[in-house]
Amino acid sequence: MDSFIVISLIKVVVVFAVLLTTLAYLQWVERKVIAHIQVRPGPYRVGPHGLLQPLADVIKLITKEDLVPPYVNKPLYLAAPFLAITMALLSISVIPFGPVIQVAGYQTAMQLTDLNIGVLFVLAVSSMGVYGIALAGWSSNNKYALLGGLRSSAQMISYELPLSLTIAAPLLISNTLSLRELVEKQAGGIWHWNVLHGPFPQIFSFLIFLIAGFAETNRVPFDLPEAENELVAGFHTEYSSMKFASFFMAEYANMITVSCMATLLFLGGWVAPWPAQYGSSLVPVAIFALAGVVALYHGMHPARRRDRTSLPVFGIIFLIIAAVFLLPIVQSWLLPLFWFCAKTGSILFLYMWIRGTLPRFRYDQLMGFTWKFLFPAAVLNLLVTGLLVALVS
Amino acid sequence: MDVILFLIFAIIAVVCAINVVVQTHPISSAISLVGVMASLAVLYLLLGAEFLAAAQVIVYAGAIMVLFVFVIMLLNAGAETKKGQSSMALFLGGPLLVALLMLLAWFVQQLFPGISVHFGGFRGGSAQDVGRALFTTYLLPFEVTSILILIAILGAIVLARKEMD
Amino acid sequence: MSGVPISWYLTLSAILFTLGVAGFLFRRNIITVFMSIELMLNAVNLSFITFSYYWKQVNGHLIAFFVMVVAASEAAVGLAIILTVFKNRQTLNIDEVDSMKN
Repeated sequence: MDSFIVISLIKVVVVFAVLLTTLAYLQWVERKVIAHIQVRPGPYRVGPHGLLQPLADVIKLITKEDLVPPYVNKPLYLAAPFLAITMALLSISVIPFGPVIQVAGYQTAMQLTDLNIGVLFVLAVSSMGVYGIALAGWSSNNKYALLGGLRSSAQMISYELPLSLTIAAPLLISNTLSLRELVEKQAGGIWHWNVLHGPFPQIFSFLIFLIAGFAETNRVPFDLPEAENELVAGFHTEYSSMKFASFFMAEYANMITVSCMATLLFLGGWVAPWPAQYGSSLVPVAIFALAGVVALYHGMHPARRRDRTSLPVFGIIFLIIAAVFLLPIVQSWLLPLFWFCAKTGSILFLYMWIRGTLPRFRYDQLMGFTWKFLFPAAVLNLLVTGLLVALVS
Repeated sequence: MDVILFLIFAIIAVVCAINVVVQTHPISSAISLVGVMASLAVLYLLLGAEFLAAAQVIVYAGAIMVLFVFVIMLLNAGAETKKGQSSMALFLGGPLLVALLMLLAWFVQQLFPGISVHFGGFRGGSAQDVGRALFTTYLLPFEVTSILILIAILGAIVLARKEMD
Repeated sequence: MSGVPISWYLTLSAILFTLGVAGFLFRRNIITVFMSIELMLNAVNLSFITFSYYWKQVNGHLIAFFVMVVAASEAAVGLAIILTVFKNRQTLNIDEVDSMKN
């Protein structure tokens, strides 16, 4: 019993630390990706290639004056960002990152807790996340914040419907609500992943899930309620420093949750695209070795003088990581973790790519899109999946 | 362990329920009601009703109460003004209420002697079991409630639309 | 290992139901009255699920599920009616919605 508690505590600390670092660096990645889409370098000066920019942002946000305006409803004003970030981080607790592994004699799953109703838990927690935004808009006692908060919450609850329906479709194929079993049923290779497998390949579910996921997390093209140049920054107008930061952390954590859910439900979680005996364990080695070689090559003739030291250092780091992937001791847990992070990272990259590319929807276009197109499409998708599953089995 | 969890969440539920009834501003009542529903969801988990606990949070706390909070924010209702309350009613009624509740508790205890709820004592509340019962024994109520929801949607749309034009 | 006596769950359900009735009778704001109705329905749900544990059957869960569904549709229509009443009378106090009196 106590080994269970100690192991769980260690897992909580590890996941929490990794998650918070990822949240900070996700913002760096986003700024770099959007910058390169717009043909400009992005954060570049603070540390090599701007890698210390998130640290600078955190220091800035912590040391900014924490202003609580006198006209706000204090209990709700203080509770709203807390609620938003709590619900966002809570949904990470059921996400499995890898298979069951052996660490120092103890067998444990790479997941904080495996619930029988894992999918429903994630849905429930994301439903509760609406309160953070609605209460933030209301308690600010400011008509722009209220309007932004109401619009944002209406958008989130409208897009929860297609989200839930498209979650139900691969569940018809996998027959389980537990997230770990969902991945274990997709084992075997890319032709077993839910997006390509089964009587009805779940491509439409995947697309609708991604669109609804973008709207759930208030990301472009659905970010009108919080856009900086509309409505004076929407529901977080009256928030400053750490509370403002916690809304942004909640948004990025929600992005990570949606990407992880898409990976688990449709892309097969930590399952490699083809089985390991055909060499899929060499793919991460190849990728990192290639990155190292490219970095070293550019380090020979750097475009900017400060790259003369940073690029070769990155090249060597990448080559070391490639070598680590060859060690058989760490392969049992590092390879599934790599595939999971690769898939989740691809969907996060898609988020940023779309942010840099598409203009945003107007609010009535957004609501019309969900009620008139996305929701009927999700219902139709569920009906066709159910019909085909019933005919086949 | 079961007793500690039950006591914590039962006390949270009762305190939030008292808050719902006592608070003057409707939004404080609404947030307290969300607290009641969340703690009831935990109590359902202790009783082995895992699907119902998730449904409670998704449907009740996550959708119905959001609807309430929306309406309160849209109507911008202020705090209710307290009219004169006869303290005689409170003086007589309060102890009577407590006495009746204690009598009720004693009777219920006599009716179910020795039965206690262990976590894991009832394993039949999973999504598979609820789904199987829903689509076999309770198929007619399922279809009827789907028509009921359709009627409710149409009614809400008609009622909300009439005042806009 | 001792569990929780089942009568405690039923007593909690009774307390919540009583508080719901008290709110329904004593409050003047129509939205708070509505929320007291939801509180009563939740108390009844707890009672159903407790008895489902007692009989070790899933039927109580199903009945509670249908109570939730009906409460959802009732909340939707009821709040639409409240919005209409507010648009016509500009008040949420149920004592003042009495134009049919006398």
